[in-house]
Amino acid sequence: GDCKQRLPSCRQCSRTTARANMAVVHALQGGLLRSLQQSSITLTAAAGGARTFATALDKNVVTVEVAPYQTHKIEAPSTTVETTVGELAKMYYSMFRMRRMEVAADMQYKAKLIRGFCHLYDGQEAVLEGIEAALTPQDSIITSYRDHCHAVSRGGTVASVMAELFGRATGKTHGIGGSMHMYNRQHNFYGGNGIVGAQIPLGAGVAFAHKYKKEPNVCVAMYGDGAANQGQKYEALNMAGLWDLPVIFVCENNHYGMGTAAWRSAKSPLYYTRGDYIPGIKADGMDVLAVKQVVAFAKAHVLAKGPIILELDTYRYHGHSMSDPGSTYRTRDEINSMRQQRDPVERVKKLLIENGYPAEEVKRMEREVKQDVDSAVEAAKAAPIPPPEWLWRNMYQDPCDSEMRKVDGTHVKPTFDRSYKV
Amino acid sequence: MALLQSGHALRRMLGLTAGRAAFGASASRYLATDTTQMTVRDALNSAMDEEMARDDKVYVLGEEVAEYQGAYKITRGLLQKYGPERVKDTPITEAGFCGIAVGSAFAGLKPVCEFMTWNFALQAIDHIINSAAKTLYMSAGDINCPIVFRGPNGAAAGVAAQHSQCFAAWYSSVPGLKVLAPYDSEDARGLLKAAIRDPDPVVFLENELLYGTAFPVTPQVLDKDFVLPIGKAKVMRAGTHVTLVSFSKMVGFCLKAAEELAAEGIECEVINLRSIKPLDRDTILASARKTHRVIAVEEGWPQCGVSAEISAVVTEQAFDDLDAPVMRITGSEVPMPYATNLEELALPHVEDIIKGVKKILNKA
Repeated sequence: GDCKQRLPSCRQCSRTTARANMAVVHALQGGLLRSLQQSSITLTAAAGGARTFATALDKNVVTVEVAPYQTHKIEAPSTTVETTVGELAKMYYSMFRMRRMEVAADMQYKAKLIRGFCHLYDGQEAVLEGIEAALTPQDSIITSYRDHCHAVSRGGTVASVMAELFGRATGKTHGIGGSMHMYNRQHNFYGGNGIVGAQIPLGAGVAFAHKYKKEPNVCVAMYGDGAANQGQKYEALNMAGLWDLPVIFVCENNHYGMGTAAWRSAKSPLYYTRGDYIPGIKADGMDVLAVKQVVAFAKAHVLAKGPIILELDTYRYHGHSMSDPGSTYRTRDEINSMRQQRDPVERVKKLLIENGYPAEEVKRMEREVKQDVDSAVEAAKAAPIPPPEWLWRNMYQDPCDSEMRKVDGTHVKPTFDRSYKV
Repeated sequence: MALLQSGHALRRMLGLTAGRAAFGASASRYLATDTTQMTVRDALNSAMDEEMARDDKVYVLGEEVAEYQGAYKITRGLLQKYGPERVKDTPITEAGFCGIAVGSAFAGLKPVCEFMTWNFALQAIDHIINSAAKTLYMSAGDINCPIVFRGPNGAAAGVAAQHSQCFAAWYSSVPGLKVLAPYDSEDARGLLKAAIRDPDPVVFLENELLYGTAFPVTPQVLDKDFVLPIGKAKVMRAGTHVTLVSFSKMVGFCLKAAEELAAEGIECEVINLRSIKPLDRDTILASARKTHRVIAVEEGWPQCGVSAEISAVVTEQAFDDLDAPVMRITGSEVPMPYATNLEELALPHVEDIIKGVKKILNKA
């Protein structure tokens, strides 16, 4: 392809070829063929098999004024955002799917089909959707344990996420990883990280690799307000600044680190300023268009001038995890007023309908998403558990002469095998 | 680092007793015409140099590795040869630069991450264990981590408690890591080249006091594709009366003890583990079944040490072949003191090994 590096098994070349082959064409109601306009839409469509529902309105341009950005040592992006009805429809579909999936996970956790840790993303959909809308599939993302929606947007499906939560063989990581550990290297998604803050220097390292290989790509390293106080974040910021690493640090400020409100854990809760010499911008994380605009701005800045911090003001409806009711440190009034006044999914829906998108089309999308999520749950319930041999797989890509000891003192030779066929 | 010790103490540290030449038994096995002398430092340096020339995804990062030429000069000349994009000086921020190195490995690069000593890696240990070691498994084989973490491990001389710990036992318990410990220059070259080529995270435990020691190396060892297999121990010296198992600097002490004991008719078999994980149980057990007496020697602390693992393995699988319980000779169970005499008491020496051999043979 166009690889200038001539590195052995260069991933950039193989990705370029894959993209070229991936013509995303959907047959729609009435037999209309429509090719999708933007690469971000291509990604969201390809992942999880989203449909577009073509209407005559899709190409209609919609201009929206978003709330002003707050900035630190940088100029603000324009608050005038241009989108199309078609893009808004895609965003609504994708965000509605995130919402339904996370709500289904809540129900299945209460039904005891999901166990252990389960950190839900509902309320924060606009953050991820806006980021993905501004990135290409060749850009990288890394995040924390609140990663179910990222696993879908980066080359996964609701079915594989649900099966993983159920600990089944058909899960995203075949029952080995669980809720917090889902990945997709081919789609440049580096997890899924359980240790608070670890993903920040890891993300700077992924960006380092992009730069080393002379790729025109960024890594988005996402973390919460709780992780924002971690020392390793400052170590990563320092090196990212020194070495001009193409990393966008994204603080998803949902105002609570587990049960501790931001004002109780941060001497300065102005997270977008905490990079000091690293510029920062704060945006409304409940407005997907504001997020898309600032991330697109950030990507251009980062590739020319070095790292940036984005603080996206958002909210999680659930507690920290399914073990946390989320109401001992927050009032129900606060949670309800967020839902009523700032819900990110409702906001996009409202924008769609205000711009003439047919109500039946909206309902059709919602029905399809519900069907996708419901069938994912049913499939997960019916899926087999991982066979015992999988316990010994993929600890090493080259096992050398390893023999791993079992409980009974006998030994097993570990294998490297990614087939995971049931 | 300057060694500000008395000459006698220094010689004890290096495994040299009064009046003896260096290098141990291995010197006598090579013809003078075949071999050259190479220090461990040069062995490590040449290994990195060759691997960087061979694969442009290999890069080095750490404190003082570039312009300072390496705190212990192990990376001498690499900046000049490969440039600042591939030999990177980092700030004194282990958690950050180790995390960056691991992330870059996830994304396809092959970092050699130097810790100035393994004591400082404690600040980064979460990334070594939870990020590097476990990700291939958690990702169901999707994301591997071809990184080498390297640096001096264990006691140096007079650097006291926070700079003298041996971490072999801790890292070798983690599935997903490989843990290597070279002794001589052949080990240093072959194991480091193997580690850099390996697709999994490797903890590479060097020894500061051996950096300046020269060992004979054959033309085969100097070949740019010379690699040693990971997971295979080396029998340095064959023997029949007792098996001495150790790694790193203690291998030299065992060889010295074996030489002195040979004069008294006691033939020790000396095993150089080279690899702590995977541990070459087959070689250890074959030797145990031959000699019927095993002494595991290490510099680190006794509780849950590498020698404790060797003792468990040999006792479980060669019990009927043993004429004595497995003996462990380890460092004293104290944080490392500073005063020379106390430091001597904290570490095993050649005499301790000699005494141990005689005791296990009931010849004390």
